[in-house]
Amino acid sequence: MTGFSEALVYLNDPYNWTKTDGIFDLLIVHLAISAVAVLAALMIALPVGIALGTAGRGSGLILVISNVSRAVPTLALLTLFAVSPIGFGNRATTIALTVFAIPPILTNTYVGFRGVDPDVREAARAMGMSRGAVIGRVDLPLALPLVMTGIRTAAVQVVATAGLAALVGGGGLGRIVNLGFGQQDYGLIIAGAILIAALALLTELALVLLTWVVTPGPRRYPWSARRRAPDTVPGVPEPTASGVPL
Amino acid sequence: MLAVDAAPNPWFDPSYVIDNWDTILRYLGEHVRLTVSAVVLGALIALPLALLARNARFLAGPVLALSTLIYTIPSLAMFAFIFPFTGLSTTTVLIGLVAYSLVILVRNFLAGLQGVPADVREAARGMGYGPLRLFWQIDLPLALPAFMAGLRIATVSTVALVTVGVLVGHGGLGQLITGGFNANFYRAEIVTGAVGCVLLALIADLLLAGVERLVTPWARVVRP
Repeated sequence: MTGFSEALVYLNDPYNWTKTDGIFDLLIVHLAISAVAVLAALMIALPVGIALGTAGRGSGLILVISNVSRAVPTLALLTLFAVSPIGFGNRATTIALTVFAIPPILTNTYVGFRGVDPDVREAARAMGMSRGAVIGRVDLPLALPLVMTGIRTAAVQVVATAGLAALVGGGGLGRIVNLGFGQQDYGLIIAGAILIAALALLTELALVLLTWVVTPGPRRYPWSARRRAPDTVPGVPEPTASGVPL
Repeated sequence: MLAVDAAPNPWFDPSYVIDNWDTILRYLGEHVRLTVSAVVLGALIALPLALLARNARFLAGPVLALSTLIYTIPSLAMFAFIFPFTGLSTTTVLIGLVAYSLVILVRNFLAGLQGVPADVREAARGMGYGPLRLFWQIDLPLALPAFMAGLRIATVSTVALVTVGVLVGHGGLGQLITGGFNANFYRAEIVTGAVGCVLLALIADLLLAGVERLVTPWARVVRP
């Protein structure tokens, strides 16, 4: 197939991995940008989501944020930050990615905390737990599966979108694809695409495992999770910003 | 600060829009064509798949797993994978867009079909409804809200995704975004492209919401 064998040759050459600005260097930049963006989004979205979710208000705002965020092209936001006074480069990319990572985390945290049974919360209060203890030891464990879904969606989105940053002067693995298009080198294009796709899939996998580890209650294997699907109302699409392909 | 800030580089410039109206319209046309064809083709493929997965339960798992897999592949990689086969053409963009809209639609169609109460279908079958009539008069009306929700999500995200088509030179309004970036960071052009995309997505969503209201007259109740 066109380009696929050349891509394998490229990926098999250790020099392409270890050279300056080689795959390892780009991978480290890619992961660093993604990690900072997701952590920053967590620090903003989690407190807001918890506050709104436990208070049970702001559903209109959350709905608007999750819908509008779907309509804003990732490329547009990356470019807008790149031409703002921040200047193009990794800082602009990180800020743009943070903005992208907020809606899924916010929406899922909100839905998760709002969905906690008020009776359970009241019982915890009646047992003398403080407000903070109720949030940390009652609400959080119950909301955790949804919160983790939000974090997983956001992380996969961010890792995927970071590849687009190369189109507007950013770093990361997208550079390989961009270079390939610049040189009309099919092998390079496919090699970059394989790397980015693999990284996105690995991120998804890693976070599925992390979710499985941190979720309290009887351990269900990730691959058997589908069997308990009927706890969602059939016919109603999941209420969360389950993300858009990037 | 960028060096270009020495010269005036406003975020929005009406004269840019007026002077380049023809170009903008051409890209807008491409954007709309790509979106509509992707969603329509995606729906045409997704519906039989969803029906198949509903009727043969063992298929539902694999179909959902495959859709998650496709969903996780970044668009940049997706277009790059398709590029060697179809080159710098709209076909490359279209195939990628169909794949993504298909994935969104299959999930929502399947959720809608699974939400049809089994006893209603049973009753219809008992009254002598054939499979076609069962789908047309029972499944479709009951699953329509979920179908429309899926179509709206697929349309809005497809409008946003078309921009990544700039990779192969067919990104609709996305061409303005990278065009402005490459034209010495010309902000007016970039913002026109970006705002155009968002407006197009919102208009498409409103149109589909209108269609939903028209085709589900029985659902006009005050939402909680």
